[in-house]
Amino acid sequence: MADTLLEVSNLSTGYGDVQVLWDVGFDITRGETVCLVGSNGAGKSTLLRCLSGLIPATAGGFRFEGREMAGRSPQDIVAAGIAHVPEGRRLFGPMSVHDNLLLGAYLRHDKDGVRRDLDRVLSLFPILAQRRNQAAGTLSGGEQQMCAIARGMMNNPKLLMIDELSLGLAPQVVEMLSETIRAISKDGLSVLLVEQDAITAFELATRGVVLDSGRVRLIDATAKLAENPAVQEAYMGLA
Amino acid sequence: MRRNFLILLIGLIVLAPVPFLTDTYVLRLGTTALMYVSLSLAWNMIGGFAGYPSFGMAAFFGLGAYASGILQVNGFAGPVGWIGAGLVGLAFALALGAVVLRLRGHAFAIATLVVAEVLKEITNAWNSLTGGGMGLNMPYQKMDPIAGARIYFYAMLACATISLAATILVAGSKLGFALRTIKQNEDAASMVGVNTTTAKVIAFALSGALGALVGGVYTSWINFIEPADVYDPLFSIKPIVMVLLGGSGTVFGPVLGAAAFLLLDEIVWRNFLETHTGILGLVIVLLILFLPKGLGSLSWPRLLQRSAR
Repeated sequence: MADTLLEVSNLSTGYGDVQVLWDVGFDITRGETVCLVGSNGAGKSTLLRCLSGLIPATAGGFRFEGREMAGRSPQDIVAAGIAHVPEGRRLFGPMSVHDNLLLGAYLRHDKDGVRRDLDRVLSLFPILAQRRNQAAGTLSGGEQQMCAIARGMMNNPKLLMIDELSLGLAPQVVEMLSETIRAISKDGLSVLLVEQDAITAFELATRGVVLDSGRVRLIDATAKLAENPAVQEAYMGLA
Repeated sequence: MRRNFLILLIGLIVLAPVPFLTDTYVLRLGTTALMYVSLSLAWNMIGGFAGYPSFGMAAFFGLGAYASGILQVNGFAGPVGWIGAGLVGLAFALALGAVVLRLRGHAFAIATLVVAEVLKEITNAWNSLTGGGMGLNMPYQKMDPIAGARIYFYAMLACATISLAATILVAGSKLGFALRTIKQNEDAASMVGVNTTTAKVIAFALSGALGALVGGVYTSWINFIEPADVYDPLFSIKPIVMVLLGGSGTVFGPVLGAAAFLLLDEIVWRNFLETHTGILGLVIVLLILFLPKGLGSLSWPRLLQRSAR
């Protein structure tokens, strides 16, 4: 395996007595976009929450750039270069777009780098530059998603995890966001994409991980997954 | 931040000559007001900035009062007792915060509410150290009443100054920013890398240390403390009402709220001797209902515009 960025092995986790994930294992190469596909309750968001340190792993672990990260605090994980764009955006509503973006760089001390990244995300999402001083809570759904992704990128991460990119957004907005994801992954950023809409996910990612009831069912190139009859039936609405 | 410190400085210049211009009645009122200003600012650290509804101010106030009292009974000077009270409050808040800050919302409120009751029972039972239910008398000091009133006015003014300076510093710092993100969305704050635990514990510790410091000065001022007096739940509730009245999570809101509350209290009490608590309650409910962001959110230019129309 050439230059593995994230390596998840035998990861199990859950909430209290309820186990959600069993023996999850996959990896992400540097610069690669991987999608996580699965139905409601398959454990996609739980996996992301575990990878960003919000809930502890009960067994197994994951290595990021060769370092074991399971059991580390969210701060350590953010500092290591994993940014989480949570489901439902989770912006700081009363704060301005500008402050929300700067919060993404909360742990950084290189002022010049932060300013450069701010310019970069504002050029990626020009609408945010226009809305800079507006309270984030007043943005439209699509703009909020852009703001959340931009906030994640302000940490200058090596891996960007996006939970439910297209949830509740107009197809046109999804198309625009997809373009941006392609652009940033072309810059060498790895993306772990959680997406209910398997068609969008397969277009964006090179490989896909299919999660079913907390277990990895399939890992394959997205082109092959898209032709897999079982996947087609279960996740793409084709039969 | 510089502007805020300037306002603090102007306030100090205005208040400094007050003890030499008025009688002991006004001085006593002023000292009480400064005490509640300090307690409101202390509560605002955790309740206003971080949005954690602490009902624990009475616990810190009482603990500080007793720490200061016990030190003074054992021969230490007043100021040593006050600093000791602040340190005891700080240590207790750090230990308590590490436990109760794992709770959120109502559970956190209830957990902090019972702490004062527990401390009250311990103080009641620990006769040898605290004097139990009989209370604790401070050593007699031969002092002219007006001189004493002046000294404690300045002591409380110092408490309020320290509390306000700490508030201004926190509000303008990375810590203040972190606390505001916790108030708005703690999970998201954690996801962008804010160390939420550390930020909350620091805010709670500051709140506890300031509350205990004020309690410590109170002991010297009143000269006699007993458990039911200093662990009174009203010391938990009044600062919350004052902060809500003035503007939660702002720098000067707690100051404004405490002043407005005590002013209202005094006016209502003078005019409605029999029913004053009921009427005061009603006035406060109405104010909070119509000014949910507090008196600090009133925009005078807009009000004048509206009345001119």
